[in-house]
Amino acid sequence: MNGSELGSAVLFHLGPLAITDTVATTWAIMLCLALAAMLLTHPLAPLPARRQTIAEGIVTVIERAIGEVVPAAAVRQVLPLVATLWIFILAANLTGLIPELHSPTRDLSTTAALALLVFASTHWYGIRTKGLRAYLRHYAEPSLILLPFHVISELTRTLALAIRLFGNIMSLEMAALLVLLIAGFLVPVPLLMLHVIEAVVQAYIFGILALIYIAGAIEPIASDRTDADMAAPAPAPPNHKENT
Amino acid sequence: MNELQQFSTLSTIVAGAVIALGTMLPAVAMGRAIASALEALSRQPEAEKTITRTLFIGLAMIESLAIYCLVIALIVLFRNPLLEYFLK
Repeated sequence: MNGSELGSAVLFHLGPLAITDTVATTWAIMLCLALAAMLLTHPLAPLPARRQTIAEGIVTVIERAIGEVVPAAAVRQVLPLVATLWIFILAANLTGLIPELHSPTRDLSTTAALALLVFASTHWYGIRTKGLRAYLRHYAEPSLILLPFHVISELTRTLALAIRLFGNIMSLEMAALLVLLIAGFLVPVPLLMLHVIEAVVQAYIFGILALIYIAGAIEPIASDRTDADMAAPAPAPPNHKENT
Repeated sequence: MNELQQFSTLSTIVAGAVIALGTMLPAVAMGRAIASALEALSRQPEAEKTITRTLFIGLAMIESLAIYCLVIALIVLFRNPLLEYFLK
């Protein structure tokens, strides 16, 4: 219980590197997603067939969701990263439902890597759209005293992103296991249904938070608005309506 | 060995208390957030999309507090770094 459930088991060694089951599952998911993407888009036609319609539907839904947060000009820039995050995390979360397999997102290393990716790409998008000087200046707004707070918030939100996904998925798997140990065969099925909902919600949350952080880096005024929204969840910000 | 017993008893109690408090207070916060979101929704049904999205993000923020408590409780129970002082 204490060894294999919290950590991940080492499957084999590749030279000096130990390959854990997390890495192997991640590779398998990557392979499946790449194959599915190739299969869905292979004959791209102007008049879409059934498979292409599925792919276009997925992309359109994601595009619309992104368009509600960032300005229309930036949607195409942000789309690849956020859509990949959404699809990959959803697939990774749902992998835990397959017997004998564990979600890669149950491992803090995976979620930390994803959070670092979001952290780095936030700055990348910010610097690319606003230029280095203008981007760095928004840390000192509205006054220089707030600079350490901006830096702290950057770090803690990255940490929170990693811990949130890891904690949710790990606790779900562990809860199902504990119920299985205590109650027996087939009893954790309702918990696994909760797992499906939670997997979708957590993937959505991770992607939308990454999107909001990137939107904040692209446009500092929008980030002020969204920070205020997070403090008090009730009022609807008017500036998000412009693209819908 | 007596010290070890004391240590494990204490950490079990602490883990229970952490998870109890750490789910109670975020539950209250989540309830208030959902209540005010519903109020806003009944007043302005046309702003449903924005309210739902902001509500979800806020709930995720609150929920992560409970998750932090869970992680701390699990560390205290299964991977307590202070335990090696006793086992040395």
